[in-house]
Amino acid sequence: MLTCKDITLAVAGRRFCQGVGITVLPGEVWGVLGPNGSGKTTLLHTLAGLAAPAAGVVTIDGQPLMQMDGLARARAAGILPQHDEAEFWGTALEYVSLGCFPNAPAWRGWRGGDEAATIDALQQAGVAALAERRYASLSGGERQRVRFAQLLAQAPRYLLLDEPLQHLDLRYQIHMLERLAALTRGGDDQRAVVMVLHDVLWPTRYCTHALLLDGAGTGRSGRASEMLTRENLQALFGCALQPAGDKPEAGFVPAL
Amino acid sequence: MRALIVLAAGAGASLLSLLLALTFGSVPLSLSDVLAGLWGVSAGVPHDIIWQLRLPRAFAAFACGGLLALAGVLLQALLRNALADSYILGVSGGASLGALGAITLGLGVAAGNAAALTGALAAIAVVFGVTFRGGKGNEWNVYRLLLSGVVLSAGFAALTSLILVIAPSAQVKGMLFWLMGDLSYADSPLAACALLMLLTAGSLAIAARLDLLALGDGKARSLGVDVTVLQLMIFFGAAAATVAAVMLGGTIGFVGLMMPHAVRLMGVTRHRLLLPAAVLAGGSFLTLADTCARTLMAPQQLPVGIFTALIGVPCMLYLLTRRA
Repeated sequence: MLTCKDITLAVAGRRFCQGVGITVLPGEVWGVLGPNGSGKTTLLHTLAGLAAPAAGVVTIDGQPLMQMDGLARARAAGILPQHDEAEFWGTALEYVSLGCFPNAPAWRGWRGGDEAATIDALQQAGVAALAERRYASLSGGERQRVRFAQLLAQAPRYLLLDEPLQHLDLRYQIHMLERLAALTRGGDDQRAVVMVLHDVLWPTRYCTHALLLDGAGTGRSGRASEMLTRENLQALFGCALQPAGDKPEAGFVPAL
Repeated sequence: MRALIVLAAGAGASLLSLLLALTFGSVPLSLSDVLAGLWGVSAGVPHDIIWQLRLPRAFAAFACGGLLALAGVLLQALLRNALADSYILGVSGGASLGALGAITLGLGVAAGNAAALTGALAAIAVVFGVTFRGGKGNEWNVYRLLLSGVVLSAGFAALTSLILVIAPSAQVKGMLFWLMGDLSYADSPLAACALLMLLTAGSLAIAARLDLLALGDGKARSLGVDVTVLQLMIFFGAAAATVAAVMLGGTIGFVGLMMPHAVRLMGVTRHRLLLPAAVLAGGSFLTLADTCARTLMAPQQLPVGIFTALIGVPCMLYLLTRRA
């Protein structure tokens, strides 16, 4: 159970997510939506334990995130950041194997990560054919899939993804969303997903819950079917929308 | 498998370079003289030359090169910058200023060493003090670290130039040797060898964490690395290696920057292999360069820094073209 209680986030003097409280359970897929600069990335960093909230507390199974041992936290929550902080010099295989670090046994990761887990993650992300390519030589979409594979190799219980669909072609957008959905099903090894999404087509189809962050520093959360309505999304983005199909979960597209 | 090949090549190069360093010099010895002097006859001129002159010098060169390469690998990982080398923290500048100041004042060797050490430690203290903000949520900004090291080096360079300009011309030559790097006075390498082994072993223990640092501080932290502790270990480990190397041979250039890249260009990226390979490469490279510096114009000794550049630049250019 990943819980935010009455948090407030602050970056460079601006306040976000004031008073937001959410509880993410295994099996759930949360979509975080909101206009640019509404604090989505900051929230995800806070959920990953990379930043402390200005007020309130984030806990996993009752344990405050900022007090957890780094490796235990890495096994509980893993993040796919919006972009790479640094240039990576090695191959895609090496990049993905780094994700195994928190799961390695004693002599931690000295063997360079679990080979089986690395290959499995590459296959799940559909990038096994890129394994020996230099990471820097990959296209934007290929890189995004390799980055996703690294998160799969980490195999945290809570997957936090910041704009996971960026750079992906339509086929791989669906592929990634299906992989994430599959991770949240599966019996006693259920995972949970919290992802920042930027479109109004996919959330209704794949999210069980949604957190809508407005530009004013507050947010509302609830079941996807109640939150992701045409009225709410139109108000959130300030654009006219129309349903993309007849079914209620079909999603929306910008109105003609 | 590739790891074995790389390490075997490194060990072979190390042995070869040490053997060459024992064989060549102002007094020519044959290979059988060297082997006899090492293991057999315990008296005679070859024995004394080898045990009292060439062996300490060869090991000093090897340790110095290994330390510089080790510091280069560590700092390139810390700063995530391909241009980082062992001197990026201003250590060499501080040591140079101290050493040249001592020469100007006519102080002896011991006082000169103390002054160089003081200068090096002062540089480390300033760079650390200016940039490090401890505590949770306070990241150590490595770009500030890099910039402050560069700025400090510029300041030291200016003061060093000032000393060179105003010093009596009789002293300038000794100063230039110091600045170019020179192993003529390196006759007790034991401490440096021990430090090299200690730091290499310590770095190997954190090799996986060094790999993760390449992903960036945030991602490394999200994967369970205590980044601040790791940064401190790297900073002080690299600083200790550089100080020891500078105290042994002055500011020998090129090794700390280029040896890690030379190993990387052979396809080695993981630190668990990169670290020992770079140490062996740096050690054998500097041993070879120092043998050249001792012998090419013997009995006149030349600053080894000239040869690290003269040998290293074409080798690196070749590796770079081959890769392209």
